[in-house]
Amino acid sequence: MRARFALSLVVTALALGAVTAAATAADRPDPAADAKAFRDFFVKKFPKVKFEDFVNGPYSMNEDMRRQWEDKEQFPPYEFALEAGKEMFGTPFKNGKSYADCFANGGIGVRQTYPYFDEQEGKVVTLELALNKCRETNGEAPYSYVKDEMASLTAYMAYTSRGKPFDIKIPNDPRALEAYEKGKEYFYTRRGQLNFSCASCHVQNPGERIRAEILAPAIGILNAMPIYRSEWSGMGTISRRFTTCNSQIRGVPLEPQSDEYRDLEYYLSYVSNGLPISGPGARP
Amino acid sequence: MTASFGPSVTRRLIIKGAAVVALVGFGHKLLGPWPALAAANDKYPEDAFKQKGAPDAIKALYGRDHEASDKVKLDAPEIAENGGVVPISVTTTLPDVTSISFIVSENPSALAASYKIPPGTVPAVANRLKMAKTSNVIVLVEAGGKLYSATKEVKVTVGGCGG
Amino acid sequence: MASSIRVRAILNGDTTDVQTLIQHPMDTGLVKDAKGEVIPAHYIQQLSFEHNGKAVFLADWGTAVSKDPYVKFAFKGAAKGDELKVSWVDNQGATDSLTAKIQ
Repeated sequence: MRARFALSLVVTALALGAVTAAATAADRPDPAADAKAFRDFFVKKFPKVKFEDFVNGPYSMNEDMRRQWEDKEQFPPYEFALEAGKEMFGTPFKNGKSYADCFANGGIGVRQTYPYFDEQEGKVVTLELALNKCRETNGEAPYSYVKDEMASLTAYMAYTSRGKPFDIKIPNDPRALEAYEKGKEYFYTRRGQLNFSCASCHVQNPGERIRAEILAPAIGILNAMPIYRSEWSGMGTISRRFTTCNSQIRGVPLEPQSDEYRDLEYYLSYVSNGLPISGPGARP
Repeated sequence: MTASFGPSVTRRLIIKGAAVVALVGFGHKLLGPWPALAAANDKYPEDAFKQKGAPDAIKALYGRDHEASDKVKLDAPEIAENGGVVPISVTTTLPDVTSISFIVSENPSALAASYKIPPGTVPAVANRLKMAKTSNVIVLVEAGGKLYSATKEVKVTVGGCGG
Repeated sequence: MASSIRVRAILNGDTTDVQTLIQHPMDTGLVKDAKGEVIPAHYIQQLSFEHNGKAVFLADWGTAVSKDPYVKFAFKGAAKGDELKVSWVDNQGATDSLTAKIQ
């Protein structure tokens, strides 16, 4: 018994030593190493989950929920938003131009490259931001970031990228690296009255219940966006999810598309590189 | 994840080309093609939908007792992921099915949906129902003039922080 | 205006599998809006499916049917290319109808 206890102490010390050594060595942020460690963590924690399945959030964690989801996917609740999105996307602006003019490949099959770091603007540009920028550049009023038209448009664009793996790039630009690091820091920082960080739920407790909901793993958590949530009885974008999540941990939600949220989206998307886009999605 | 979406080109053309549905006489047209059923059965069972509890709803809808049957297979989740959209379905091997209905006992009004199965229609239905709270779901199958049932408890929980 | 009805009718052997998703609020009349006022009940009461002028399925719905209601059933005796007519009427007297071809 004593020998075993002593052995466990030694093992812990060695592990801590290894972590410390790694931390010292990593004075420079190393997103690629982060992403690999992130992936390895979830794969190890859930050996029975097929890697691509992580994008299905709680449905990759619970069989009863999965069956309900598969049933509803036969004719999914986001169907109407998707159709509306396709129509909106194809409708020209008053000035004759259209969304296709603002995006590579006419906006088809590009969702997996968002967000990206815009070196000219010096900031992270998300798909939602890019869509409103497209509208404003062409003399149209911007849409709300959280639902309705923005959700329909991003639903359509996500649909055209279904199956394509997340391909987020961090250019060799200190500002891009800084945005990534800020996103990572946000993810791991505790906040709100409940004093939870994103990691508290989605890294430490995926598959577990918080009250009655099964928590999704952080890896691949944005791949199904935008989502139709039964809870909202409607669609919501990444912005909607971030703000409501902040409210739910009794923190003060930030403005949709604020720097912190865009940086967070940058980080979360990057560490999910390789996982397929599955949006639009349906969630409880 | 491979849900198809959007109508086929053919269907779009049909929708665009379809004549305007005449509203006059619509009610009659709705009730018209039910030669095998008595006229009274075609009416919307308003009274049954008003009943609070399961026994009263079943009485108002069918007016007879039901017996549990293992030939009625009710498929519903153990724990509903969201009480607003619970996928519930039934299949049965009973012959001569004329009607299938769904009861959610603890709902403000127990009767959720009722379906008429004419000859030639497979006696199976899948639908999505609202459940106010943890409740028994009872499916009733009217077959050969008798009423059969299957029951399953479905748990409904308050949503938490979400996944 | 686009129909509220989406339908997929697919022939498998001698059976036509039908799935329908309808855009409709299916308000129960029990929920209050942000101002505290009750949102009136607004729900589809009857839904019918007709093939060759004969009803193949009739649904009587109450407020406990989910928003954007869905139903799936199957019937025999149809051929590819046949028409399936889907119609509904709600408690406020609104109606909609769609005719689809069986694939």
